[in-house]
Amino acid sequence: MIFYAASLALVAIGIYVVISKRNLIKIIIGLDMIDTGVNLLLISIGYVRGGTAPIENGNYPLYVDPIPHALVLTAIVIGVSVMALALSIVIGLYRHTGTLEIDEIRGLVK
Amino acid sequence: MELYDFVSIILIGGMIVLAFIAAESRDLLSASIAMGVVSLIVSILFYMLQAPDVAITEAAIGAALSLAVMIFGIKHTDRWEKK
Amino acid sequence: MKRIIAITLSVLIFLIFMTAFARVKFGNIALSKYFYFNPVKKQMTRDSVPSHYLKEGIKETGSTNIVTAVVVDYRGFDTLGEVTVLFLASIGVGALMYIKREEKRKVREANEIVKTASAFLFGFIVLFGAYIFVHGHLTPGGGFPGGSVIASAYLLLYLAYPKYAADHSKLSVLESLAGLTFLVTGLLGIIFGGHFLYNFLPYGVPRYLFSAGVIPVIYVAVGIKVGSELTGIVDSMMGVRE
Repeated sequence: MIFYAASLALVAIGIYVVISKRNLIKIIIGLDMIDTGVNLLLISIGYVRGGTAPIENGNYPLYVDPIPHALVLTAIVIGVSVMALALSIVIGLYRHTGTLEIDEIRGLVK
Repeated sequence: MELYDFVSIILIGGMIVLAFIAAESRDLLSASIAMGVVSLIVSILFYMLQAPDVAITEAAIGAALSLAVMIFGIKHTDRWEKK
Repeated sequence: MKRIIAITLSVLIFLIFMTAFARVKFGNIALSKYFYFNPVKKQMTRDSVPSHYLKEGIKETGSTNIVTAVVVDYRGFDTLGEVTVLFLASIGVGALMYIKREEKRKVREANEIVKTASAFLFGFIVLFGAYIFVHGHLTPGGGFPGGSVIASAYLLLYLAYPKYAADHSKLSVLESLAGLTFLVTGLLGIIFGGHFLYNFLPYGVPRYLFSAGVIPVIYVAVGIKVGSELTGIVDSMMGVRE
């Protein structure tokens, strides 16, 4: 029960950082927080009390659900590649305009 | 209360405090290092939830490669956030 | 003003999802409550998809690790899509960081202890990463953690000797050959069996190294491909240095 609350708290803090911060690199840190929270939520749904890791060894009666492990294994690697691509776009934007705040890039604040 | 619940409550409390530090700090280097420690604690929680494949993947990617890519990105731009 | 809206929205999302998840019991055995007619067994059962994978997995695929059987055999097409997404991201980073090649940066080498230790440790870390993806069907691990450990060995080498740069032509040849191996193995399944990614090699005895048909071949290809792509991403993000 407390695992659900912890992962939803991570997602909520990540949404707060993405909406209300002005620095571009802070926004990318918030995206990483949302990814981590959702991965923790997916694995804590598939837990069975008294079960063991899903590797067949012949003398254990209960195993943990193996399908969320397959989904999260892919999602972690895609998360790091999306972050690398977003950072390279931010570096190109910094070289072009010289600043990192989204208000100054849009031309609202000089 | 068993030992399993006690250890997971302590780890989750530390994780939420570090997430607040990463959200509110002005120094971008401190924020990204706090994010790396959050990934490490999530990897320990994956191991406690009986998922060894996912724990190895999260420790190798979240705590080493994601942190390194973030610090290379900060090196090419500014380090301090404006007020 | 933006802060108040952001705090309200995040607390609202937290409360809505928390009331929805309060009904899902943590750690329940989660047997389904519904009976349905199973046309294969021709009787009313209470089976679910995870219990079928756990009971029949070692007979149908031959691998001991059930997560490997799900990723490569039951859901092999999704792994092909994921490898494509990694390939696109690596190309994107390499293309975007190519601007302004004439602006170089001064770098400073590390001291003697770090240089000697990382030159000594590099071989062992690459060997450990290769061990993880070769034994993917017997022990926890597989292609994705193995490739990440190999990429972090190269990251250690970049931090100790900053003037070193990996050879991009050799990395791209290795990555293309590994991707072609995955595709050719899938297409050979159409010739021998009738559908894409059919398991056509013999299964052998479980818990031995040469078993489980075509699963070790696919995982070795995926491990080499992921390792070289993540190394390419790290190399592009370091920038140009003199």
